Amino acid sequence: MNPPDKTQRNWSTFFIEALIRLLGFSSIGFVLLIFLFLLQEGIPAFFQVPLGNLLSELWYPTFDLYGILPLLLGSLLITLTAILIAVPLSVGTAVLVREAAPPWVREVLKPMIEALAGIPSVVLGFLGMTLVAPIVQKLGAPTGLTAFTGALILAYMSMPTIISVAEDALDTVPKSYRDAGLSMGATKWQTIWRVVVPAARSGIVTAVMLGLGRAIGETMAVMMVTGNAARMPLSLDSLFRPARTMTATIAAEMGEVAHGSIHYHMLFGIGLILFTLTFIINLIAASTIFKKRKKGGLR
Amino acid sequence: MSKIEVKNLNFFYGDFQALTGISLEIRDQHITALIGPSGCGKSTFLRCLNRMNDTISGTRLEGKILLDDQDIYDEDTDVVDLRRRVGMVFQRPNPFPKSIYDNVAFGPRILGLHKEESLDEVVERSLRGAALWNEVKDNLAQDALGLSLGEQQRLCIARTIATEPEVILMDEPCSALDPIATLEIEELMQSLKSSYNIVIVTHSMQQAARVSDWTGFFWLGEMVEFGATEKIFTNPDKEKTESYITGRFG
Ligand SMILES: Nc1ncnc2c1ncn2[C@@H]1O[C@H](COP(=O)(O)OP(=O)(O)OP(=O)(O)O)[C@@H](O)[C@H]1O
Ligand SMILES: [Mg+2]
Repeated sequence: MNPPDKTQRNWSTFFIEALIRLLGFSSIGFVLLIFLFLLQEGIPAFFQVPLGNLLSELWYPTFDLYGILPLLLGSLLITLTAILIAVPLSVGTAVLVREAAPPWVREVLKPMIEALAGIPSVVLGFLGMTLVAPIVQKLGAPTGLTAFTGALILAYMSMPTIISVAEDALDTVPKSYRDAGLSMGATKWQTIWRVVVPAARSGIVTAVMLGLGRAIGETMAVMMVTGNAARMPLSLDSLFRPARTMTATIAAEMGEVAHGSIHYHMLFGIGLILFTLTFIINLIAASTIFKKRKKGGLR
Repeated sequence: MSKIEVKNLNFFYGDFQALTGISLEIRDQHITALIGPSGCGKSTFLRCLNRMNDTISGTRLEGKILLDDQDIYDEDTDVVDLRRRVGMVFQRPNPFPKSIYDNVAFGPRILGLHKEESLDEVVERSLRGAALWNEVKDNLAQDALGLSLGEQQRLCIARTIATEPEVILMDEPCSALDPIATLEIEELMQSLKSSYNIVIVTHSMQQAARVSDWTGFFWLGEMVEFGATEKIFTNPDKEKTESYITGRFG
């Protein structure tokens, strides 16, 4: 090893490290810039609109009524319902695909399920309008375009991701856990539900979070099938009435709003709320996974 | 009295015959050791005794294995019940990624408690039985995977004896452990012997000599010799056995 060689190598190491650092920091920087922009455009809304107005039940920008509650609750209602539908179905499917299906069926099903994740949301929205909405209406709703229809479409959108990631999580559970369960005299299904699924818990939580990530931020499909009426979803039948989400509101109104107006800032304000909510959810998810890891119990 | 009687057992992984013509009797309240070189079928044999080989597809078995004079491969055998009666401790400690308490309570919870014992009592009895109670009694809610390997293996033993099986199969239970933990497990086996029937696979000749009453020597899927441990280690009948235990093996 002669000296010039060494310096040359040091230089290239230095160069590569610098490049990686630059790339890494610039992507963080971009995210930060977007966040700052969001802050700058969104914060004024909360000063310009009195609190009473903000927390009212009416969203009528034309009359300067900026009650965000119906939108917030609309988003929550639709997302929560979607989770309630998607999580048991997806986890059940993942367990079925992983544990009950013969290997060749799994090999066919898995890529098919993953392909479903690639369907554009407009297409799903269209299917929702033409196929799902009429069915919901037949179930007794005054119109087919309801919060429930939106929740169904959202659940459908997030399921491929949840199934696929949860199945991978189940797959990584060591055989020794199954053996231990079976050798204790547990039946196959007792072993699955009491050993394998709990052991894959953190992976399944990640799966749900990834699926949710797609659902919460989803705009297009939801806008097409929920009816977009900004009403407070407080009565029992709200699920089967039209509703409006925060994302749909931003998407629908941003195009026509005057730059710099209260309405404009308000839409960014909603974006800020959305951002905060997603951030909190991710934080919770990360902390549950992290806690598990620290105890040395991920696997 | 013989607890388990194996009659002319052949075992196949697909076309590969892993065990040929094995016959032996395993006595109650005794420790039986199985020794032999790697790949000779010791684990396979052990897993026949609680039908864990059923979980591997393409396997086939001929012959009879009688547990208390009942053929465990009979069509009407309840495999789940069999595995309750014949517990197993694996080579690598494999506690569930749950708390210590939940690990031990796993069996009683799925099988239901018998006797008038509360779950807490079962957990304490089992952990005491596995000589782990004093170390963990204040941390029962701790994650089992945080224990040392030796403690984990004793936890697995505690988990196994929680359901009071009649036979305990141990497949190289000390191979992942250091000498001190190994000694602890060996002492534990001696204390368990009065209430359980133990079959242990081991690679350590000394261990077999130390803990067992009976020893079987396996070689290439056959059982070359079976007899009282003392006899096998001092005056074996077969030349092969002698060369193996004296380390002259080729
Ligand atoms: N699942 C399996 N499928 C096919 N062959 C197997 C399987 N498990 C074991 N075998 C084969 O059966 C033979 C006996 O294996 P077994 O694990 O019983 O040996 P062993 O005596 O326990 O060895 P070791 O001391 O290394 O644990 C070996 O030749 C092995 O390759
Ligand atoms: Mg083995």
